[in-house]
Amino acid sequence: MSVDLATVKRVAHLARIAVPETELPKLQGELNAILGFVEQLNEVDVDGVEPMTSVTPMAMKQRADVVNDGEIADRIVANAPASEDDYFMVPKVVE
Amino acid sequence: MTDLTRLTLTEARDGLKAKTFSSTELTQAHVAAVEKGRALNAYVLETPEHALKQAAASDARLARGEAGPLEGLPLGIKDLFATQGVRTTACSKILGNFVPAYESTVSSQLWRDGAVMLGKLNNDEFAMGSSNETSAFGNVVNPWRRQGSNVGAGASGAIEGNHLVPGGSSGGSASAVAADLCLAATATDTGGSIRQPAAFTGTVGIKPTYGRCSRWGVVAFASSLDQAGPIGKTVRDCAVMLRSMAGHDPKDTTSVDMAVPDYEKSVGRSVKGMKIGIPKEYRLDGMSPEIEALWQQGIAWLKAAGAEIVDISLPHTKYALPAYYIVAPAEASSNLARYDGVRYGLRVPGKDIVEMYERTRAEGFGAEVKRRIMIGTYVLSAGYYDAYYLRAQKVRTLIKRDFETVYADGIDAVLTPATPSAAFGIGEKGSADPVEMYLNDIFTVTVNMAGLPGIAVPAGRDVQGLPLGLQLIGRPFDEETLFSLGEVIEQAAGRFPVRERWWA
Repeated sequence: MSVDLATVKRVAHLARIAVPETELPKLQGELNAILGFVEQLNEVDVDGVEPMTSVTPMAMKQRADVVNDGEIADRIVANAPASEDDYFMVPKVVE
Repeated sequence: MTDLTRLTLTEARDGLKAKTFSSTELTQAHVAAVEKGRALNAYVLETPEHALKQAAASDARLARGEAGPLEGLPLGIKDLFATQGVRTTACSKILGNFVPAYESTVSSQLWRDGAVMLGKLNNDEFAMGSSNETSAFGNVVNPWRRQGSNVGAGASGAIEGNHLVPGGSSGGSASAVAADLCLAATATDTGGSIRQPAAFTGTVGIKPTYGRCSRWGVVAFASSLDQAGPIGKTVRDCAVMLRSMAGHDPKDTTSVDMAVPDYEKSVGRSVKGMKIGIPKEYRLDGMSPEIEALWQQGIAWLKAAGAEIVDISLPHTKYALPAYYIVAPAEASSNLARYDGVRYGLRVPGKDIVEMYERTRAEGFGAEVKRRIMIGTYVLSAGYYDAYYLRAQKVRTLIKRDFETVYADGIDAVLTPATPSAAFGIGEKGSADPVEMYLNDIFTVTVNMAGLPGIAVPAGRDVQGLPLGLQLIGRPFDEETLFSLGEVIEQAAGRFPVRERWWA
């Protein structure tokens, strides 16, 4: 399978990456090179094969359902590009 | 006094214990080496004051006889590990000046055991790369040069040859260890990022079994493949490092609750009677004769040490790399969704929040990271999930089954070349077709797909005089066998120190 320009544009939007129109053809070529490379997986007979979900068979551990952290809002927002009163600030999302 | 930076980690440890020198002296020597080694661009942040403070505390503990296993030993930390109060960027513009309020579990265990931090090491952006050419801080230079090359010699006379890459993504770790800019370094490996740079720089690197080291506080790339491990000057040094780095961590549900052996005890243990598998699928069409010769040499060394050599087949080997380039980008696209300009790092304003996201990510991520996020987004998107991601995860089951079959047949470890070639020049690969660069990991990526431990040990040189490595792949959680076998190769091949410090 290969992707056309419209698909590259759609995927860029889904990935939330702005791509200028002029760069789309180059990106299309690179993505198609990678998709062409992975195409060989179609040769493999995967009938009846379970997809891998965990590389090491192990039971998921559960921790006690207790509060063991918190009250550190100031540390959590410390790296934010914009914050106020321990809130992350973003552009207005609702009119 | 002898040059303290030429010591191995374990030699330095023994010297501190014998009070031949102090941690402060050892650390000062390394701080000076780091400063003189800036042409290699191995460090993205030097923390000499922090190091000397830790060294002084170590000297006090050594004097009181309270030394930990890594007491007073100066290390470099890959910039993928969160270090409390010390800038951590994954070598991406998008993390900007991120200063973690917490310490990664792996690095916290190094400090628990007395180690000293010299600084943060360069890597490919978000560990995506095989040459350390995608870092926002620029390329790392390999301390090795091709025979006859005098690149980096300064203005006098004609310059022959160009700088070589150290491999990637842990290029800063490998370059720093090879150039004696630290005694050992932390690294991470998602598709070969510890073993390939180790092979390119004549150093030793081990990726432990998935789950051996906690991933908590390590910047995530592909969560089902990422593992931390050390790069060191010797097999023994790596054994000592891994013991401190490994261990169960309740904060990482994929970390395994299993006792960590004293790995150093397995260094020098007899390998007599061990069955070593030689997989025919690793003999590639057009493989260079020197890689084949290196492999045969490794076989001969292990045979001489009493191991039994068995031809084996791992039939799905050729599908590991294409499956990886679906699974890893898919997981990366999900993991890297968090970089949105809201909670940390770079923010580029836009007319609304979506434009802010899109501009922030366009400016913050480099070309390779964008490519992989987009591939991942595509293969996970509606209508394509089954054809790509699900199929790749099924192929992954088959790759793992290949290994399970040979291990069930009594094979103790598998011997392969570590890389298809020696280090190449900066700018020489992958500019037209990204897949050309991806092929570097063809021998290492199977190990991540199957979650197994793998070690790369330098074993010979190519015609240009550059180091080449062999890889040993072990059973799950049997890193000890890899250290025993790796030591046999190191004893036979000798070490591969960089003799001329042309950068200093």
